[in-house]
Amino acid sequence: MATLNIEIDGKPLQVESGDTIMDAANQAGIPIPHFCYHKKLSIAANCRMCLVQVEKAPKPLPACATPVTDGMKVYTRSDYAIQAQKSVMEFLLINHPLDCPICDQGGECTLQDLAVGYGGSSSRYQEIKRVVREKNLGPLIATDMTRCIHCSRCVRFGQEIAGVMELGMAGRGEHTEVMPFLETQVASELSGNVIDLCPVGALTSKPFRYSARTWELSRRPSISPHDSLGSNIEVHVKDNKVMRVLPRENEDVNECWLSDRDRFSYEGLNTAERLTWPMIKQNGQWIETDWQSALQFVADRLKTFAPEDIGALSTPYRTAEELFLLQKLMRGMGSGNVDHRLRHSDFSLDALATGSFWLGMPVTYMSRLNRMLVVGSNLRKDHPLMAHRIRESVRWYGELNLINAHEDEFLGKVNAKRIVPPSQLAAALAGVCIALAELKKQPVPPVAAAYRAHGGLVDDIARRMAASLAGGETRAVFLGNMAQHHPTSAQIHALAQEVAQLAGASFGVLGEAANSVGAMAVGAVPHHGPLRSAAIQGRNAAEMLAGSLKAYLLLAVEAELDTHDPVTALKSIEGAEFVVVMSPYKGKSLDYADVLLPIAPWTETSGTFINTEGRVQGFSAVVRPLGETRPAWKVLRVLGNLLGLAGFDHNDSKDVLRDALGDTPTGNVQAYLCNEISGVAAAPAAPGPGLERVAEVPIYQTDAVVRRSPSLQRTLDAALPVARMHSQLIARLGLTENGRVSVRQTGSALTLKVERDDHLPDNCIRVPCGHPLTAHLGPMFGPITAEPV
Amino acid sequence: MLSQESLNQIALEVAKYPAEQKQSAVMAALRIAQSEKGWLSRELVEYVAGVLDMPAIAAYEVATFYNMYDTGSVGRHKITVCTNLPCALMGANEIAEHLKTRLGIGFGETTEDGRFTLKEGECMGACGDAPMCLHNNHVMHVKLTPATIDALLESLE
Amino acid sequence: MTLALPSVKVCSWTQDFDAPASLATYVAHGGYQALRRVITEKIPGDDIIAQLKLSALRGRGGAGFPTGLKWSFMPRAFPGDKYIVCNSDEGEPGTFKDRDILRYNPHQLIEGMAIAGYVLGAKVGYNYIHGEIFEIYQIFERALNEAREAGYLGDNLFGTDFSFQLHAHHGYGAYICGEETALLESIEGKKGQPRFKPPFPASFGLYGKPTTINNTETLASVPWIVQHGGQAFLELGKPNNGGPKLFSVSGHVNKPGNYEVRLGTPFSELLEMAGGVRNGHRLKAVIPGGSSAPVLPAGIMMDCTMDFDSIAKAGSMLGSGAVIVMDETVCMVRALERLAYFYFEESCGQCTPCREGTGWMYRVIQRIEHGQGRPEDLDLLNSVAGKIGGHTICALGDAAAMPVQSFLKHFGDEFAYHVEHKRCMV
Ligand SMILES: Cc1cc2nc3c(=O)[nH]c(=O)nc-3n(C[C@H](O)[C@H](O)[C@H](O)COP(=O)(O)O)c2cc1C
Ligand code: SF4
Ligand code: FES
Repeated sequence: MATLNIEIDGKPLQVESGDTIMDAANQAGIPIPHFCYHKKLSIAANCRMCLVQVEKAPKPLPACATPVTDGMKVYTRSDYAIQAQKSVMEFLLINHPLDCPICDQGGECTLQDLAVGYGGSSSRYQEIKRVVREKNLGPLIATDMTRCIHCSRCVRFGQEIAGVMELGMAGRGEHTEVMPFLETQVASELSGNVIDLCPVGALTSKPFRYSARTWELSRRPSISPHDSLGSNIEVHVKDNKVMRVLPRENEDVNECWLSDRDRFSYEGLNTAERLTWPMIKQNGQWIETDWQSALQFVADRLKTFAPEDIGALSTPYRTAEELFLLQKLMRGMGSGNVDHRLRHSDFSLDALATGSFWLGMPVTYMSRLNRMLVVGSNLRKDHPLMAHRIRESVRWYGELNLINAHEDEFLGKVNAKRIVPPSQLAAALAGVCIALAELKKQPVPPVAAAYRAHGGLVDDIARRMAASLAGGETRAVFLGNMAQHHPTSAQIHALAQEVAQLAGASFGVLGEAANSVGAMAVGAVPHHGPLRSAAIQGRNAAEMLAGSLKAYLLLAVEAELDTHDPVTALKSIEGAEFVVVMSPYKGKSLDYADVLLPIAPWTETSGTFINTEGRVQGFSAVVRPLGETRPAWKVLRVLGNLLGLAGFDHNDSKDVLRDALGDTPTGNVQAYLCNEISGVAAAPAAPGPGLERVAEVPIYQTDAVVRRSPSLQRTLDAALPVARMHSQLIARLGLTENGRVSVRQTGSALTLKVERDDHLPDNCIRVPCGHPLTAHLGPMFGPITAEPV
Repeated sequence: MLSQESLNQIALEVAKYPAEQKQSAVMAALRIAQSEKGWLSRELVEYVAGVLDMPAIAAYEVATFYNMYDTGSVGRHKITVCTNLPCALMGANEIAEHLKTRLGIGFGETTEDGRFTLKEGECMGACGDAPMCLHNNHVMHVKLTPATIDALLESLE
Repeated sequence: MTLALPSVKVCSWTQDFDAPASLATYVAHGGYQALRRVITEKIPGDDIIAQLKLSALRGRGGAGFPTGLKWSFMPRAFPGDKYIVCNSDEGEPGTFKDRDILRYNPHQLIEGMAIAGYVLGAKVGYNYIHGEIFEIYQIFERALNEAREAGYLGDNLFGTDFSFQLHAHHGYGAYICGEETALLESIEGKKGQPRFKPPFPASFGLYGKPTTINNTETLASVPWIVQHGGQAFLELGKPNNGGPKLFSVSGHVNKPGNYEVRLGTPFSELLEMAGGVRNGHRLKAVIPGGSSAPVLPAGIMMDCTMDFDSIAKAGSMLGSGAVIVMDETVCMVRALERLAYFYFEESCGQCTPCREGTGWMYRVIQRIEHGQGRPEDLDLLNSVAGKIGGHTICALGDAAAMPVQSFLKHFGDEFAYHVEHKRCMV
């Protein structure tokens, strides 16, 4: 790239050739008014607001679209330029309603702001203004389409970022209208971003609508607590209440985007289900009490159990400080029974791994991969913005290969995909491994070779994937949530590692939850302490939930929704003598807990999440705790004191973090990031004779807060679970599409609607887990039976 | 949703463009679909989009951008009269008036029996033959007089 | 009067034959000879471009851009796909010449496109045909089939390694698709919304590949120029305005139709060929280059010769060669109202000034026409037109502004009369 010398408003600048005037002006901090231009979207140059004067040009030129040339002299504020800009503003306003006082965008409207500078005092337009019919875009986005200025940002966002064109501009000329094809709702998990993109009040947040004016809000930085990206957010607060959540720009993490889950989950914060007082169950009755009594009660009871009979479980959505203190408490009492991997079912890697599993690369690299293989992942729904980055790679001619148990639309080009029953994920991967070894004329790794006899999966698809992975310059193999939850996850991990090694690819594990890496780092696992220090060993989540423990300490765990096998988990917990639940919500724990301790959701506590690339992101509380709620790290600290344990004297959460991860948390965490394992023996398994369950956690069921966000629960993604199956299976079982079926695993039978999905393997039934409706069915993987009702 | 004949025609159109550019055939496919079904219902647009592996909304954008597609129902015979300046100079408005009186409808309307829809058109690239009209998008009748209009209307069932 | 002989009729000569569009007619009179020679003798593309430059062939689609120069912009050596696209989306009110080339002389266009493909390194071409002329589209499809069967299109033409495929793409009713980048979007199966330039089609055209776009008449002239040389073509016109040109004469003349005459022919002669002003009325005004060209009053027009330079000097544009003749019975307010409505209807809607401004201008003119004009409206109209012109992505914005400005300039008193008396002057 050559460097060019140009001048903007008399200011000499050096810019790269290929830059536009807008780029150059942005670098120099010279503002140019604009609507359609957005740095992350393609250039449309349709609003014409950015017209500037360019020396020797016969007419004003749009800064957003005009490439700089050497010696160019640009004037953004000359009379000529201002006249052009004012003309455009006049046109924009002739059909725009003057309803700023009732518009939700008021106070943060680009049009309003610019109109002050460029608008005339009164309108010369005397004709009747255009009125546009409202569109229904579903529970998240409110519309006021009469205000639309046709900048097309929302349409381009769908095409270019979300990967799905849900909004279009139908009609022509003045009759052009932004609309969805059908007025059902937009279904993209990134849809809320159009709210930020819309420069006027045409697309606004439905949940936020009319609830506050922007100038009444305090804006506080935070980190989103859902997926493992750790999107940077700005929480807007009024009267100690979270009113909305917006993205906080961070190029290295979420760019300027936010998933709908991160954006709208806040609605689940202040529901009636919030637990606001410590409560103790006495003679089957719940009694509200004070913290002192409640914690004393817990400490006294805990002391009555042998340490190895107590188990502590947390979701991976809690802060590093909380997870650290939880394990410290347990180990202080003399037990290593602590875990956060509630949905996992194969823990054999604990003995073989040498570090915390992580993405294997910085998040930003995901946008520039040439060749990718993703195994067992519901990419879009589990990692909405990482899926966007992969789509970006694909758009830049990257090749994506998928091995999965279902074929949900990725919304981008897929080079090759292999859809197999969950039990065959490892075999499918072995096929690629063998094909790749053959292609590269390398010895077939033993762990893969053992599968040769079993699968016969070294076919065209495997070879196509192998060929793809052999090419390109930047390559990666990723394991998704299903691969991690899988009963043979060690096999899958080992095979994926071999594929990556043969391909010369990075190998990454897509973090399951907001703090999956953090939980490992602080030692909230039975096999090691903080930073992999030696520590009392204990039982893992599956062992703890398989029964035989007498007491449970549950940190924000909703046992029937958060676990691999909710039937067994519930039975064990219900059968225990003493159950302490620390949670922001009451939920089903009212049934099985003995003590309920109200702890703060992420907005009411300070803390740290460590994202999937090992980025340590701390945050502060944005509001005061609700009622008697307390930050969980404080609760655990006091509990430690009451139990007479040493080292529970932290003054603030920073102390806790230091205690957990030392003075240089980032470096210390990164030192232990490692996906490499060795010593996995091949264990190929043929598919069972019966039907297999395919289960995923629905996007809006991942954690307690999301489950309680009313708007998210009204989206298509939150629709009631159904039993999906191949039409051949529907026929074989004598069922009818959209009819009913009774399915059963280890728990009680469940009647569900049948939906056809010919992309599923024909011996699988797909029933989501993590949902109240399906909680009593059984484990996420394994046999399932079905019969007509 | 479409006859085999129409699908074959669409396949011929698709073959004109590079393999990965099926969407290029959307205009032709919508024309073919409209010719068979009379007008483009949302379902029909969605179906065509499916045949060409493109988003339904993108096909709908096309269907609503170009004048000759009808996304609402029309009569069996759609008569489009060009009233642009050259045609107007050569008597198009008088012809349009004649049609309106004969059919008892205005531009953009359909006779109650569903037989005729009258539309105002823009330049058809045939100004020298004005006044003229298009019958069902594809057949042009030129140098119209009230008498030839009457004869045309008679001939259309 | 054939392709084989230098004649003033370069594009319209087949009309005198019984089966003008047939391959037989065309071949019998020397058709496809130029293509054969170019390909089999492997005449360097540079030579042909040099002849085009010499011929002073200027684009017949509206802008009058020198064709040889345009072809030289094409990265001919670029190894990947390249395209040649013909613009037969003739929808400029008043223009109907390309339709007659497709109807009566399709093979000359096919031959011209094949030569263009050879010169520009394009293996595939598309001809975008205006929506409302479906029957013409079918004629052209038939001609394509004839040419394919006879080996003038397809693989390894004349036994050489040059292959060229040509397809017709049928529009469906959008004037804006005549704008070359809107046309490309339309071929790509999208709404016909013009692209911002740069990048120009020569570097980023159809499917993002280098593309040259020319008007039907422009491309149909190429075989003749290859056959007879640039000098012969230049001599059929005047310097800087090579060749003859088809003029579509419509409106108040006795014999509306297409007339192919030398560039530089006096307007009065053309008017006479078209039978003169109808019913012995007096000429009032002429739009000399299609509705987007500024209107000229009779007096100025009668002094013009029909070529790019003379019309430009008179303050208008030769454009596509559509000559709209208006006699003294025409109410200029009503005429402008109709044109304003056209641009309002046909604006693609993407840029603010055009989307909002065309509607505004139309509504104001409509008001004036309906007797509700206000004295300040004339200034308002001029001002709005001025704020559209030069501020938009494509030239439709200018095309919408120019009629308004020119009608007001030359016939402002008629508008003032309308405002004042709430009725027409004529
Ligand atoms: C609004 C608009 C409409 C146009 N319509 C046509 C048209 O119908 N036919 C045409 O050949 N060129 C049309 N043009 C000009 C084309 O953009 C382009 O310049 C032309 O096809 C180039 O061919 P040429 O160089 O052979 O003239 C139009 C331009 C604009 C801005
Ligand atoms: S000037 Fe008008 S027609 Fe041209 S791109 Fe802009 S809005 Fe579309
Ligand atoms: S910001 Fe440049 S045209 Fe809209």
